[in-house]
Amino acid sequence: MIVADQKPIEEILQMVEPYRRVLFLGCQSCVAVCMAGGEKEVGLLAAAVRLARKQQGRPIEITEGAVKRQCDDEFNEPWRKTIEQQEAVLSLACGVGVNKLSERFDLPILPALNTKFFGEVERQGIWTEVCAGCGNCILHLTGGICPIARCAKNLLNGPCGGVRADGTCEVSQNGPHPCAWVMIYERLGRLNQRKNIENLFAAKDWSSGRHGGPRRRIREDMLLEG
Amino acid sequence: MAPAIESNLKRALKSKKFVVTAECGPPKSADRKVIEEKARLFKDWVDAANVTDNQTAVTRMSSLAACGILVSLGLDPVFQLTCRDRNRIALQSDILGAYALGIRNVLCLTGDHQSFGNHPQAKGVFDLDSVHLIETVRQMRDQGRFLSGDELVGERPAMFIGAVENPFAPPYEFRALRLKKKVEAGAEFIQTQIVYNISRFQEFIARAGDLGLLERVYILAGVSPIKTPGAAKYMRDNVPGLDVPNAIVSRMEAAGKGIEDKKARAEAWRQEGIKICVELIQQLREIKGVAGVHIMAIEWEEAVPEIVQKAGLKIQ
Repeated sequence: MIVADQKPIEEILQMVEPYRRVLFLGCQSCVAVCMAGGEKEVGLLAAAVRLARKQQGRPIEITEGAVKRQCDDEFNEPWRKTIEQQEAVLSLACGVGVNKLSERFDLPILPALNTKFFGEVERQGIWTEVCAGCGNCILHLTGGICPIARCAKNLLNGPCGGVRADGTCEVSQNGPHPCAWVMIYERLGRLNQRKNIENLFAAKDWSSGRHGGPRRRIREDMLLEG
Repeated sequence: MAPAIESNLKRALKSKKFVVTAECGPPKSADRKVIEEKARLFKDWVDAANVTDNQTAVTRMSSLAACGILVSLGLDPVFQLTCRDRNRIALQSDILGAYALGIRNVLCLTGDHQSFGNHPQAKGVFDLDSVHLIETVRQMRDQGRFLSGDELVGERPAMFIGAVENPFAPPYEFRALRLKKKVEAGAEFIQTQIVYNISRFQEFIARAGDLGLLERVYILAGVSPIKTPGAAKYMRDNVPGLDVPNAIVSRMEAAGKGIEDKKARAEAWRQEGIKICVELIQQLREIKGVAGVHIMAIEWEEAVPEIVQKAGLKIQ
């Protein structure tokens, strides 16, 4: 899923500061699952903003709502009338939702979240990045563990010399985590596939990833006429 | 046309003598006198001098420029080149430029992660990894082709290609295999992580021998004199990929015991640090397959001549 974090309340208050009538619009997909921007978070955030604005003596009129998937016009369209009556929309979707609404509606769409990564639920309350969306998957060779997403230097011929004695990575800005290449090495051992990493991995073609410019996927057979 | 300068490091290694290289850290300024001073210090004591490339991700004078200065002063530089700050376009461009400046040795590294340095907000590049970089330099040199496959028309960069390996980071049993990958990619000499744990290093060399690598690549063991017991402890406890046995920490502590005068105590520590370093060099010299040592006297380059002299090493 796409994992996101809610921005600090101070930053959100600053963004909505010029407006008196705002729709707080959540998304019921990924960001609801990772407890950042679903219906529940919309309610909590709206209450906090109302209270703060009341205390400032500048009350705000907030409409609350959540759509099934903000990344798709089909689900946003029923909200058109409501949106057009606002001065701004605070979107609690991922960045995709914010972009989608901005393409469709001529009013400021403000991001309530910092969109972070594609992640798995490591356990209750912890989400971990495991895929970088590089557009050229090699997981069949690395035991299903992605070195692009999970190695700080996205090495293809790791591990580097910065592995701690306990097998964790020396880069630990986001907390200690295992070295992806130690994980790959151990898992390939269990699968009897170590040969995979004895050979050189060629330099990666990054053009299939973000570095080739904004990406698009087209399925001709799904296109509708006109 | 002037005759091409040869790599002195390659020549020394080929002559089968025990080779000495040392690390020359560039300044955090534009002051070329710092490089000139270090060159003067090293000139009669090392076969080649490595210039680090923004080590620990702290901005310094570029390794390319500092290597160029060393060439002009008659030293044989080892151009350390990391993948952290350059994509494949810049890496290949710097290889061409380095050769044109008379630089004949390149050490291909992935590089320390930017989060350790003084610009942790930086975007790391890591387009290639060290193994790709080795392969790229070899391809430019031997096949006259860039990584893209485009022909390199004109003079090719005839670099002596080096790489690093760390025998002291897990998975230990994979380290020699990783070394093999680097040799197969084109590495001709290896400078290892700093060795304090001789027995683990011997295991690594033995494994490299089993893989037939010792005939294919020159291995220079990394050494570094320790200045204080605090530094020894810090390296033991806080530097991932370093293995400092307790015995070494204890020796450093014992060296200063009972000495009240601060200056005298610091000097006693330094002498012990140099002594340990010299002893390690002598032990390393006895290991078959070790072609030399690489001395990393970080911010303590003055120690290099003393270490080389006391270890009884000579340059050619």
